[in-house]
Amino acid sequence: MNPNSQEAARGIRIKGVSKLYTGTSHPAVDEVSLDIADGEFMTFLGPSGSGKTTMLSMLAGFVSVSAGSIEIDGRDVSRLKPHKRDLGVVFQQYALFPHLSVTKNVAFPLQQRKTPKAEIARRVAETLDLVHLGDYADRLPGQLSGGQQQRVALARAVVYEPRALLMDEPLGALDKRLRDQLQREIARMHRELGMTFIFVTHDQHEALTLSDRIAVFNEGRIEQVGKPADLYERPETLFVAEFLGESTGFRGTVDKAAGILRCGGHELRAPRLDPELDRCAGVAVVRPERLKLHVDDTEVHAEHNHIGATVTEIVYVGDRHQVGLRFADGTKGLASHPVGSPLPAMPGEGVTVSWDPRHQAIVRDHAGGPAAPAAVPAGA
Amino acid sequence: MTEATETREREPVKAQRDGGIGWGLRTAVGLTALLLIAPTVVVIPMSFSGATTFEFPPKSWSLRWYKSFFGSEKWMYALLTSVQIGLLVAVAATILGVAVALGLTRSRFRGRGAVRQLMMAPMIMPGIVVAIAIYGVFIRWQLNGTAIGFVIAHTVLALPFVVTAVSTSLAGYDRTQDIAAATLGATAWTTFFRITVPQVLPGVLSGFAFAFVTSLDEVVVALFLQTPDIQTLPVQMYNSITLEIDPTIAAASSVMVVATTLVLLVPQLVRRERRTR
Repeated sequence: MNPNSQEAARGIRIKGVSKLYTGTSHPAVDEVSLDIADGEFMTFLGPSGSGKTTMLSMLAGFVSVSAGSIEIDGRDVSRLKPHKRDLGVVFQQYALFPHLSVTKNVAFPLQQRKTPKAEIARRVAETLDLVHLGDYADRLPGQLSGGQQQRVALARAVVYEPRALLMDEPLGALDKRLRDQLQREIARMHRELGMTFIFVTHDQHEALTLSDRIAVFNEGRIEQVGKPADLYERPETLFVAEFLGESTGFRGTVDKAAGILRCGGHELRAPRLDPELDRCAGVAVVRPERLKLHVDDTEVHAEHNHIGATVTEIVYVGDRHQVGLRFADGTKGLASHPVGSPLPAMPGEGVTVSWDPRHQAIVRDHAGGPAAPAAVPAGA
Repeated sequence: MTEATETREREPVKAQRDGGIGWGLRTAVGLTALLLIAPTVVVIPMSFSGATTFEFPPKSWSLRWYKSFFGSEKWMYALLTSVQIGLLVAVAATILGVAVALGLTRSRFRGRGAVRQLMMAPMIMPGIVVAIAIYGVFIRWQLNGTAIGFVIAHTVLALPFVVTAVSTSLAGYDRTQDIAAATLGATAWTTFFRITVPQVLPGVLSGFAFAFVTSLDEVVVALFLQTPDIQTLPVQMYNSITLEIDPTIAAASSVMVVATTLVLLVPQLVRRERRTR
């Protein structure tokens, strides 16, 4: 036992894990490290091919680890077979046993553990109640709807009280209404069971609503890990900013000493700049609800950044207007404007856009190096 | 509450499917069915005829041809030979066929499509060509007139049926189940016997039944391989009809029709029983 084992006692620790499939040159997962706390709801979010499912498969043991290690409660499980890891897994396509009734499906893992019959009956009944399927115990999976089938799969994956529940796009095969409903059920199950949940999805809304923390995957690496609000409000990379929610990006060059981002003729206030970004090409990312629209710059708050733009379109989406913007350099933007207040401009007209610099995030531009002139707005 | 809405949504699709087929299609299906059962409709009444020659429709009824069939040592020996060979063929073809089907559906290798096509060759090749080829080879190997010769030849002919039946049931098997079972604590062994086998079994059973029936009513190859010591039922029927016109053959045919029908119905019944359970 090493001296650190005490603090690593509970939870899942991913240490420098990589996966290189034979015959490929790029690793599917590239030196990922992540600690998942006991009882946490962690989401792996990313586009397809970002490595999130491969990472989950390595946790579950379906895919071997090329480098690094995975520890559960301080024990290295990287080389263990799936059935020795004591994890529950839920698949996108349910993977129920079609020839067994709902009860027998849920009883299966307990039977493998040689649980006494009476206890199996009790725990299966309890778990089916947990997923509200008590009345469907004798049905075959084929007689259930997709949502019900996935709830059977959830019941089957938690009935033996595994160390953690891993879910691979569990709502991907369902229509939107069922997806929302099952999302709430999963959130409730997490509260009631207090189990560690690891959830893989490419759907940012799912990730934002369900998770305690989100790990954003891109090209085999984790771009950022954090609470949903942190990721949304303070993205650390352009990828995170663009993948999670809508935003407008103002490209420029960072001047740390002056505390500004130079966008052509404009100087955007940028307090609390990361020193590493000094003199680099940076992007000021602002969420649509943080952008305020004005007829002209006379009513703009003195401390706020502001820039002129043309309104390209106005879309009414019920609780707000989505206002499409185009800036002088051709950059497109998006602002949301409350329904109650009058719109300062109609499509084709000019507006002044302002925001509080505390609500912007300055991230490194994709290229990362010195500013590319073409990306700089030419001022207005 | 939500469950109710879920089921209601699925109803229209079902209603459409249950809507039934049109009259034109019904007629076509009826005619085809008639054509298929016509020989049986003639043979079975004829086997209950009281006359000493073939007669349709029979003027008088009796069981004398069944007595003649079951009372004759020659016929009974042929029946026993056929059943024994049929069972051996069914076992051999099922074992080989399951292996082939597993290989074809679960692994990827160069020439997989070609192998699949080759497996179907015995079904496509004219029976007489296959029979002559087998005859030629078996003479050299001294397998003519041996039980093992019959079993090998019929296994070759029965294999495509088993491969098709088992491949179909394997193709419908979602392999994520294997991974799921592994995470739930099952060993590969348990997964195979508790998850895979029960789902693939109906396909294997129908392959077995098809193999048995294929051997039971195969006549061309059997004619080439026969010796006076070893004759299958169809060969005995053929030999008897070339010598004498005896309605015993009608009784023999009826027994075969009933036997093959029963054998082929078993997998169907197993499947239905599963579904309603």
